[in-house]
Amino acid sequence: MIGLLASIVDGVLIGSVYGLAAMGITLIWGVMDVINLTHGAMIVGGMFGLYFLTEGLGLPAYAALPPILVAGFGVGVALYWVAVHRMVGRPPLMSLLSTFAVNLILIGLGTAAWGTVLFNVSVSLPGFSLGRYTFPGTHIMAAVLTAAIAAVLYFFLYRTRMGKAVRAVAGNREAAELVGIPTTRVLALAFGLGVALAGVSGMLIGTMFPFTVLAGDAYQLKSFVVTVLGGLGNPTGALVAGIALGLVEGLATPFMPVSWTLVMEFVLFVAVLIAFPGGLFNFRRSRRST
Amino acid sequence: MILRRPFFWIVAIVILLFAVAPTIGNNVELRESLLLAAVYITLASNLNMMLGYAGYVNFGSIVFFGLGGYFCVYFMSALNWALVPAILAGGVAVSTLALCFGFGILRLRGVYFALATIGVNEAVMAFVTNFGPWGGATGIYLSTELFQPLGGPARALWTIYYVLVGVMGLSMYLSYFVKVSKFGLGLRAIGQNEDAAAVLGVPTPRYKALVYSLSAFLPAIAGGLYFFKGAYIQPPDAFDLQLSTEALVITMLGGQGTVMGPALGAYLYEELRGWLLTSATFSNFQLVIAGVLLLIIVLFAPGGLMGWLYGRWPRLRRWLE
Amino acid sequence: MTALLQIDGVSKQFGGLQAVQALSFTVGKHEILGLIGPNGAGKSTVFNLINGVFAPDGGRVRFRGADITGEPPHRVARHGLARTHQIVQPFMTMTVLENCTVGACFGRQNLPLARARETAREMAVLVGLEDRLEAPASKLTIAGKKRLELARALAAQPMLLLLDEVLAGLNPTEVEHMIGIIRAIRERGIAILIIEHLMQAIMSLSDRIVVLNSGRKLAEGLPAEVAVNPAVIEAYLGDPDLAAKLRSGPR
Repeated sequence: MIGLLASIVDGVLIGSVYGLAAMGITLIWGVMDVINLTHGAMIVGGMFGLYFLTEGLGLPAYAALPPILVAGFGVGVALYWVAVHRMVGRPPLMSLLSTFAVNLILIGLGTAAWGTVLFNVSVSLPGFSLGRYTFPGTHIMAAVLTAAIAAVLYFFLYRTRMGKAVRAVAGNREAAELVGIPTTRVLALAFGLGVALAGVSGMLIGTMFPFTVLAGDAYQLKSFVVTVLGGLGNPTGALVAGIALGLVEGLATPFMPVSWTLVMEFVLFVAVLIAFPGGLFNFRRSRRST
Repeated sequence: MILRRPFFWIVAIVILLFAVAPTIGNNVELRESLLLAAVYITLASNLNMMLGYAGYVNFGSIVFFGLGGYFCVYFMSALNWALVPAILAGGVAVSTLALCFGFGILRLRGVYFALATIGVNEAVMAFVTNFGPWGGATGIYLSTELFQPLGGPARALWTIYYVLVGVMGLSMYLSYFVKVSKFGLGLRAIGQNEDAAAVLGVPTPRYKALVYSLSAFLPAIAGGLYFFKGAYIQPPDAFDLQLSTEALVITMLGGQGTVMGPALGAYLYEELRGWLLTSATFSNFQLVIAGVLLLIIVLFAPGGLMGWLYGRWPRLRRWLE
Repeated sequence: MTALLQIDGVSKQFGGLQAVQALSFTVGKHEILGLIGPNGAGKSTVFNLINGVFAPDGGRVRFRGADITGEPPHRVARHGLARTHQIVQPFMTMTVLENCTVGACFGRQNLPLARARETAREMAVLVGLEDRLEAPASKLTIAGKKRLELARALAAQPMLLLLDEVLAGLNPTEVEHMIGIIRAIRERGIAILIIEHLMQAIMSLSDRIVVLNSGRKLAEGLPAEVAVNPAVIEAYLGDPDLAAKLRSGPR
């Protein structure tokens, strides 16, 4: 019983990082109705960033966070201009395909360069022990950092002018343009933020688990499940739903072979969407002209 | 009257070329590459019905191909059925599954549906990998005895090839017939504006499930033929997402929503790939090329090759489809 | 004689907003009923409740005697009810003829493709689009798109047509032309429920008027009666004294 509880708590810690990743998706989706299918690749990017900064440059693990954050933002903005800018306003199908295409390119290059080799970043951080059970220090640190980043994001969105602009564009892009908000810049910024979040969540995952170039797929699926559960464009929902998913994983993993976890999450994803076609906490009203 | 449409004869000629070309000089190498092309065209044509007509992207369409392969191989090895009933039964089984599942999954709108289709493929693969009667992770091997009723392995390979070419042709004709039918009109209305279509009376849930199911049938049969030919099927080959990704790129490249598009796209794709991959064929670089092509099309020519041709020479619409 | 359309105590709430409240009215078989009210009164919501885009929280909708409450839009269309949208929704890449053919194929009569094209052509001619049959819908002007929306709805051969601000955005000549078309539609025996802001137009077209305000029925009656109803004037102008002053005439 205690073992199960420990598993659940650990799941919650890891789940918070899922929430962080999902915030990246939901921000982009909420602001510009674009599904970023490079999300998985960006997570992997964060993982590799961590690896090269620690193994290659000898930086302490968590010192990699700021550079990855900044680099992720830069990559995101560049990606916006390359693949997304022309797709905004077109049917969402098109942006789906364009980001999918970029993902193919990135993962293809990645596997060409590094194959399916398993990479591992060893981070030694004392854990927290309770009786027989140890909660790895990396997991706790990841949750703490997630909370910090989420707090900063909230501050940005709700207490700064730029954040307000982002929320305005998310609510009604045309109206925002009419009141003089430079929507294109805001969109690029939002995309950069979304990718930065993906990269950072990848970095944090990299401190906890080993990874390959192809690991992004699984985390991307988890991000989408969490996004949908939490409701589109709803960062709070994403965080809560991420923790919830982590919790469910913590509950299930002692009883289920690992390969089934993903299947279970997919089934959950489809089932929730079929029952609640707008996601669980649908705070955004449909934009149809009804 | 379809016999008067030039398109009908163009497809017939293509089928004839496919059938005849390798027989000249018993060119097995040509046959093998044309066989792969025929598979691509089949997958792309059927994918096109969902994507180009109804506007729904099926990222995991390969699941029909793989399941069809499994059904056929299972029927032949475990139940000792002959080839034809096995592939037909496979086709029917997969379409029926698709129909039932389709009603549920197609309640998801556009983008959610696309995401879910990736998951469908992964889920089915995970299931099959753990499914004992179908060989689990090791898969199913077919003994070469099964080629005897077809006149031995060498002749069987030719027969399978011809049937596959036939399936390819059927896919193109099916695509055409759907396009010019009332069903096709409804699908295209859904693709343009699903809500407006519903208000006009198009029975959207039923039509979407139907096209999903229909787009599963011929790929399932193709899968049965393909894996019977290889005499071996295992989950990673059967449910290879890369194949459906390439089918998607081919459809977009040739021109979604057109009937000739997938065929042209397959040809172009093969040419471009052969051109760019000089020596070693890293499957990773194939993905990179596919990605670059797709990106270029989506950004600059969403109508694909056919879209560009129709833009330049509108008269062509009368000749091609 | 049972009415063609019967709305009985229908309500709809969105989050905290009560969009429609206990609304009841009827539309007769050959009637043109006008639905007016200030912005936000709930008129388009009423349309959405009738044709199945939303299901009402309470109340019933009856059409031709059958209870169609909460049925999905495509089934409602099959019953013989068609609708145009305030913001036009043409199928952009399809031609004018194809657009109308969709209506004819899937509406009440559920025609096969060939016959549907005939009806579609007829309707396109009726609204004056006969010379643009092969043009893609995206190439039409706003007035053309409005006519297309109308023709498409008509092609379904409905018994009741819901017109949602079909005159909005048209210049006076186009408005005149459209009014003529609407009258021609009525000649064909189709009942019409029309939402419109252009007062003169809707007053002259309608046999009866229902006035909505904040989701409730404010008044109902002949156009002349409704026009001088103080509550109605107040709802539009917001000041009861002003209403009295207006009624007493210019000084």
